[in-house]
Amino acid sequence: MPSEPILEAAGVAKTYGDGTAALAGIDLAVSPGETVALVGESGSGKTTLLRTFNRMVEPSAGAVRIEGKSVADLDPIVLRRRTGYVPQDGGLIPHWRVERNVELVPRLLGWDAARRQERAREMLELVGLSPEAHARRYPAELSGGQRQRVAIARALAADPPVILLDEPFGALDALTRLELHRQFLDLKKTLGKTIVLVTHDLAEAFRLADRIGVMRAGRLLQLGTPEDLAARPADPYVQALLELRRV
Amino acid sequence: MCRVRCAHHRASRCAQRTLRAIVILLSLSLPLQAADRVVIGSKNFEESRLLAEMFAQLLESRTDLEVERRLGLAGTQVCFEALKSGAIDVYPEYTGTGLVSILGEQAKGGPDQTLNRVRSEFLRRWNVWWLAPLGFENSWEIAVPKELADREHLSTISDLARVSKRLHGGFGHEFVGREDGLLGLERVYGLQWASVDHLQQAIQYQAAKRRDIDALDVYSTDGRLILYNLKVLRDDRDFFPPYEAAALVRGETLAKHPEVGSVLGLLAGSLSEDAMRGFNLRLQEKHESEVVVARDALRSIGLVVKEGSIAEPVSRKPGFLAYLWSQRRDLGRLTLEHLGLSAAALLLGALVSIPLGLWLERHRRWAEAVIRVLGLLQTVPSLALLAFMIPFLGVGIVPAIVALWIYSLFPIVRNTYTGVRDADPRAVEAATALGMTPGQVLRQIRLPLAAPVVMAGVRTAAVLTVGTATLAAFIGAGGLGEPIVTGLQLADSSMILSGAIPAALLALLVDGALGLVERALRPAGLETRG
Repeated sequence: MPSEPILEAAGVAKTYGDGTAALAGIDLAVSPGETVALVGESGSGKTTLLRTFNRMVEPSAGAVRIEGKSVADLDPIVLRRRTGYVPQDGGLIPHWRVERNVELVPRLLGWDAARRQERAREMLELVGLSPEAHARRYPAELSGGQRQRVAIARALAADPPVILLDEPFGALDALTRLELHRQFLDLKKTLGKTIVLVTHDLAEAFRLADRIGVMRAGRLLQLGTPEDLAARPADPYVQALLELRRV
Repeated sequence: MCRVRCAHHRASRCAQRTLRAIVILLSLSLPLQAADRVVIGSKNFEESRLLAEMFAQLLESRTDLEVERRLGLAGTQVCFEALKSGAIDVYPEYTGTGLVSILGEQAKGGPDQTLNRVRSEFLRRWNVWWLAPLGFENSWEIAVPKELADREHLSTISDLARVSKRLHGGFGHEFVGREDGLLGLERVYGLQWASVDHLQQAIQYQAAKRRDIDALDVYSTDGRLILYNLKVLRDDRDFFPPYEAAALVRGETLAKHPEVGSVLGLLAGSLSEDAMRGFNLRLQEKHESEVVVARDALRSIGLVVKEGSIAEPVSRKPGFLAYLWSQRRDLGRLTLEHLGLSAAALLLGALVSIPLGLWLERHRRWAEAVIRVLGLLQTVPSLALLAFMIPFLGVGIVPAIVALWIYSLFPIVRNTYTGVRDADPRAVEAATALGMTPGQVLRQIRLPLAAPVVMAGVRTAAVLTVGTATLAAFIGAGGLGEPIVTGLQLADSSMILSGAIPAALLALLVDGALGLVERALRPAGLETRG
């Protein structure tokens, strides 16, 4: 990688009080503008790793750095407001209208109302929702795909350099998922954000990511471009996973 | 900024107003320490109420004292605790009860010995005075239907012991539990029963008439002895102690108002058992008001009260609706009292429970223990809880509010805690991950989402409080329980219903009103459309 990594995990481990190791020493560097997908089955540690990036999980050992600074030295509140986040189910606030949901972080940052509103409209348009039709609705009045778009708009609203997505398309039907994949690739191209994406779907990872990290039992088995993985699987598990994809 | 400040002002003004309302409510309920006031209490049966009413009328007509009535307190312990704590100044008591129930001594000796014993002990221990006895004894006796007595040749309790194995006893709740009641009686006479039922006094006579029971405890002055054709069995082993009726007065009251002693002293030795049976019969079976009977009783012994100082009572025999209508004024007042009691308890409950529920959500390791303890309090029977309050808070509105307050805690704390804890975990997680502080998450997300759940807890507590408040009448706190408690004693179903129906309607009304509040608090966006 030519440039300095914007996001970096160095020897990151997470052991819980009862002795279970969720992460067993992970090294990962993400370059600016790059999309990295973390793939693995449930319990592989991919979500835990993702959550160390915005300090929703504190590692037991190792360091997480963002723009060269250790996140342990940052106020977690400040860090999270500067880091986009999209959970699997959208996690929209049910008693807030769509526009208020999108304005969440700008509000926390103290933007004035006009700027917030402008920004919310812009973001809704960006994710393919018409502000006129959707801004005043409540989450319960949207379809699953629309909710997920709103969640992405919300993550982008304060223009954070890094976006974390945790199974963002996992709960959607196949057609909606394909449509959102297309849109995701558009956004990736136009916005140039650094993205870490957690998914259990290898096909999704192949379609969306620049590099793929395969995780199992708290370890990063292989990290490489889709082509690397396909050509030179470094581990029998990766091999098996790839074969499964071909079926 | 201004909006925040204004809201703050409004909130503190509202809080001040609330506080003032509570203070007013509480001060209304505190036994007023006015120098010229005497509070007369009674137990919750006819004769006790009658004697207390006689004391009250006599004091009203022969002194300048203001007389307050707290009639119908639940039993000896409640009355005596109320007297000791100063919640009441005077109540009618029986020497035997004083000796056995209050002093906890064995009954022995005749009437004079008993009187002397309780007199000296009450003075020494509590500075409480027994005035000169009123002239009659109302001791416990055992009665059986006359027809049974004739058939089995029963004239004494010893005779009864011979055949009691085949008989069904039906005894009052107080009698069953007392050493000078059934417990001792069974031991001394070797009584054994085929079965024993615990019954309300008013029901015992009906049960005896229908021959559901063969033997019952009665008071020697009970008018129904003749009416129901019962034979009183002679206590041939002198088990029952003498129960001479007398006024029990606080020493402090006598020191402040010596005229209380001298005026009530006019009643010494003036009432016979025959006369009392007659008066009791009028109360028990003719459902005359104790106000009228007390006036007639005073008249019969030459102590005429000033005319016009006592309100004319209403007849109690019209149809139920006419009865309700005739009582509308009283019922209106009682309903207001009832609402006031419930509202004060609920308000105090919410003021404590909601912050406590929020605190527990932040300190979860305490939550289970605290909620479990509150749940346990919930299982304490209401009457027992009310009785526990008396040594600390006396009788009247304050202990009633405190007891109701305790009952209101559990539903509100539990709902606040679980409502806030379980508020949409995915939204809470996402908001946290996007940089909301815990305080912001609580105020902007958890609380609004939990509001309907909290309100549902308040609603449960409200219905519970309105229902339980009927029991407050047992400790003289008024409310719609008053006609229920009195009606139970008089076996007067119109009177019972005149309290029970408005209380039930009130509970429904409160439930409905708070249901609307609950709906209004439900945040928009939570109903899924289509």
